[in-house]
Amino acid sequence: MDFKNSDTIPGPRTEDRLPHTAEAAVKIVIVGGFGVGKTTMVGSVSEIRPLTTEETMTQAGIGVDDNYGSASKTATTVAMDFGRISITDELVLYLFGTPGQERFWFLWNGLFEGALGAVVLVDTRRLEVSFDVMGRLEERGVPFVVAVNSFPDAPRYAVSELRTALDLPEEIPILDCDVRRRASSRDVLLTLMRFLHSLAMKGALT
Amino acid sequence: MTPPQRQRRSPGQGNPAPLPASGTAKEGENHNPERLFVIGGEGAGDRADIDLVTLIVARTEPPVSATPEEAALLRLCVAPLSAAELSAYLSLPFSVVTVLLTDLLARDLVQARAPIVRKTVADRNLLEAVMHGLQKL
Repeated sequence: MDFKNSDTIPGPRTEDRLPHTAEAAVKIVIVGGFGVGKTTMVGSVSEIRPLTTEETMTQAGIGVDDNYGSASKTATTVAMDFGRISITDELVLYLFGTPGQERFWFLWNGLFEGALGAVVLVDTRRLEVSFDVMGRLEERGVPFVVAVNSFPDAPRYAVSELRTALDLPEEIPILDCDVRRRASSRDVLLTLMRFLHSLAMKGALT
Repeated sequence: MTPPQRQRRSPGQGNPAPLPASGTAKEGENHNPERLFVIGGEGAGDRADIDLVTLIVARTEPPVSATPEEAALLRLCVAPLSAAELSAYLSLPFSVVTVLLTDLLARDLVQARAPIVRKTVADRNLLEAVMHGLQKL
């Protein structure tokens, strides 16, 4: 990129600008295996065209990886797609989808720590690819809900069967969704917010 | 057909993933080290605490002393813009944007509006506001 012409850097379209009253933002992270529909979900509810931010992570912190293990490779770029929903004139919600290899997500400082919660998107054809990320969220105490993206040729399981397979306690919501549909993706986010709200109520009582 | 079986983990369990070595020196290991060095500057030490969703607002027009990168950043955030959006529009890694912002904050050229982060007990009013906002989608 040539920064000499900084006037030409495409910024947000006028209609994509936040009002000056925007005071604070919150974030939700959408995790799941490759091709499960994270970016589609971000795009279906976002008010802006989804954008991509990236971070460079050094090999030293990651360990040897088969795909990047050549001696000359010392850094890995992790990309993150994200979208935005204006909640009020003062409050903005950002949604981050996490493509690529999941262990890198947890090296991204502050991505999960500050998030209100997470959506684990699963594909019943490859349920096991979400096991590790769920475990990591549990270890870090990040509250999450499980959304099953309904692919036509995917096996259908009853929620109780999925709950047993995923070893999830009764209170963690598991729901079906079609991430291509805005209303369906919005319902997943609402389910997460209701779950967080119930945790807050419980926390207030104890 | 029976789905594969997972085992639940608990908070604090397992070995936390090692964090990448902090500090700007490591950025020099990027595929384009010269570029990163130039943007980050020589004196880049401690970074401001900037989250992906910290909202940044320019306080002024770009001063003549601003580098092209700084000028581009200041023009982008005439209206509030998250650090993640700045990274996306500038096509710069997030850590490089935080270095730029640390410097601009120190010179009082931008204002940072801190995000609301998850606490042990979440703020119910905040959650209700988000729910209300989502219902309007």
